[in-house]
Order: sequence, then C-alpha cells, then structure tokens
Amino acid sequence: MDAKIEYLLRQGDNALILSQQLSQLCGKGPALEEDMALTNVALDLLGQTRMWLTYAGELEGQGRDEDKLAFHRDAHDYRNVLLVEQPNGSYAETMVRQFLFDTWHYFMMQGLLKSNDPRIAEIAEKSFKEVTYHLRRSGDLVVRLGDGSDVSHRKMQTALDDLWMYSGEVFIYDAVDNAMVEQGIAPPVDGLRAAFLEHVSEILAEATLAMPSPDAWMQRGGKAGRHSEHLGFILAEMQFLQRAYPGAEW
Amino acid sequence: MMPHAATVEQVWSWLGEVPDPEIPVISVVDLGIVRDVAYEGDEVVVTITPTYSGCPAMQVISEAVTDALHAHGLEKVKLVSRLSPAWTTDWMSETGKAALKGYGIAPPVQQAIDISGLRGGVKRGAFVEPEVTCPNCGSKHTQLTSQFGSTPCKALYKCLDCREPFDYFKCH
Repeated sequence: MDAKIEYLLRQGDNALILSQQLSQLCGKGPALEEDMALTNVALDLLGQTRMWLTYAGELEGQGRDEDKLAFHRDAHDYRNVLLVEQPNGSYAETMVRQFLFDTWHYFMMQGLLKSNDPRIAEIAEKSFKEVTYHLRRSGDLVVRLGDGSDVSHRKMQTALDDLWMYSGEVFIYDAVDNAMVEQGIAPPVDGLRAAFLEHVSEILAEATLAMPSPDAWMQRGGKAGRHSEHLGFILAEMQFLQRAYPGAEW
Repeated sequence: MMPHAATVEQVWSWLGEVPDPEIPVISVVDLGIVRDVAYEGDEVVVTITPTYSGCPAMQVISEAVTDALHAHGLEKVKLVSRLSPAWTTDWMSETGKAALKGYGIAPPVQQAIDISGLRGGVKRGAFVEPEVTCPNCGSKHTQLTSQFGSTPCKALYKCLDCREPFDYFKCH
C-alpha cells in the first residue's frame, strides 16, 4: 500500500479509537465537568478522524469513504498505536493514557503544520488548536491527581508505570514513517521525541510523579496491524450496526 | 418565487439571516464561518469553514444555507468546506458578540489570533484564564467551572456576585 495512505490511516485510526474509548465514558465521568470534557475531546478526535480517513480514502481511490474505512475494516487492518486501545480502566489510567497521547499529538500536529502536503498541513492546522486544549487539560489533571491525596498519587504512579511501555511506539519509526520524513511530509523523530520527553518530565515533576526511564523497553505492533485483544472488543461494539445491517443509513 | 440572479452582496445579506442552529441569536455570517461567496457560471459557491472539526452543527448549517438560498430563488448552490486558515473567534462580528451577550453567553474576550497566547500555552502557568464578564449582572468577579461546556466552543463559568452559572464562548 502507498506509504502516504498508510500514514493517513495511522493518524485517523489513533484519533478514532481514542475517540471511541472516551465516548464509552459518556454519562460515566467521575464528575459532570469531567464527563463533558471527555465527550468534547472525543468529539474533536472524531472530527479529526473524518478529515484523515476521508483523505486516505480519496488517495486510495477504491471508493472507500470515512465510514467504510471506520466500519468495514477488521482489527488487523487498523493502524492505531497500542496506547489508544488500552482499556479506560480507572480514572488515573484514563488520564495518564490521555496525557501521554495528547503530548505526542500536540507536538506531532505542530510538526505536520510544516508538511509539504498542503492537505495534511491544513488538517494539522485545524487539529492543532483543538489538541492544545486537550493537552492543557490533561496536564492540569495529571498535576492535580498526582500531587493530590495519597490515594490519587498512588493510583497515578501505578497507571503511569503500567502504561509507560505503550508511550514509545509512536517514536519507533518504520519504513512508512521514514518515507514520510524523506518526502518532507512528516517531522523527523528526534525533535519530536525530545519535545515529548521534555514536556512529560516537566508535568510529572510538578505532579510529584516519578518518570519511568525513557530508554525502557517499549511495546510495538499496532502501526503494523498487530494489536492487543482489546481492539477486537472496541471494534465489535463500534462496528455492530454496520456488521448487523450492512449499508444502513440514518 | 421566480428564479432570479442575485448579486454577491444580496447573497451575503441573505446568509446574514441564516441562524446558527445551536445559538439561534447569531447568524452564520456573524459567527464568521462564511469565508467567501462567488459565482462559478450560474452556480453560487459558498465557502464555509468549520468551527471545531467535530462540530455536529456543520451539516445542519450546510443544509440551512442551501435551503435559504433556494428559498430566495437561487437554484444552483454549491457548498465548499475550507480548513485553512482555521476558523478563529476573531472572525466573529461585533454584532454577533453583542447578540451572544444578550442571549446569556459571554462572548470571547481576547484576540485569539495572537497565537502566542494559545500555542505557547501548554506549559503550566503560561496560560492565564481571561477575565470574563458575567452576561447577567456585568460583574468581572467570575470563575471558571469547567474548560468544556455544553458544546466544544464553550466553557462553563460562574459569577461570584450574582451566583449565576453561565456559558463562555472560548477564544479559539
């Protein structure tokens, strides 16, 4: 498959799967304000998904639009990183997952603003403003919960230690990523990873949380379609309607 | 109504009567999402930019714009979506801001286009919440309750004087 299409699917699938996960918390947030924030972030991510997948489908030229790509692909055709498919778990896990993703997402969109593919640069410009809010909020919450009570601190540290091994996959560049960098479409990994680590370490320090080693062994596989069992369950719910009633429309 | 050609200015003024579906006191023109009106042959092309990429109102707005122009006798209407430059609350008209306030929603108080405020703002402490005036009693003695409100474009505030909660249309 064309590297750029593959790359667009990765962007779109990351946003889509995290959006779906956050949507599952609608009505279940620990406080009304959190509930609204989670669903608003989910909505932003869903909007971004549409822009990425629409572009991927157009480039592919096989008649697959955003909906076909979202609802008619099975787990092994999904290209999201393993981080976003990790379970919502406790609120500490939800927020650590969000913070790690938001930090990468923020610097990634910032890098894509300079993409020499104008359509990608436009999508990044639109997304970047939204992601700024997401990261500001998740950083605030990491500090509040990390530097909170003994219980919240302990839960945050455990969540961080458990999820850390999923934070590195976005920085393990493969042939697709490297092709995008060479073509001037995507930012190189070094600056991106340095910016990520700097922001994460600043926030974690203020949150009184111990940062795991950046050189720790990292999980990988999602970008190549090798997923954890969690993705199957997420898709089973998300795709149910189109699987049961193919082609159904509102 | 008989079909007739309309000037671009006329089309703009008709669009100025199309309300935002979620905040009906403000028109799509006052909201700043109509970026261009032009003719391509006998087809009128309206360029719209989305507020937030996931905003569910965008489809309704597209249909409302098309319906309004059809009702004014324009048969061929095309809607184009433009992402860049990304929509900003700076494009909201003063009329629109006044209408928001009258409706009980505090309008955006800063220039968002000063990107430094927004983009430098992921460092803790670098972003200072703006001073928002209560749309009910006019007090500046207000406090952020939630960064997100009933829609992505709004935050929740409360007035510490009249004690009323209210929506604030965020700078974006």
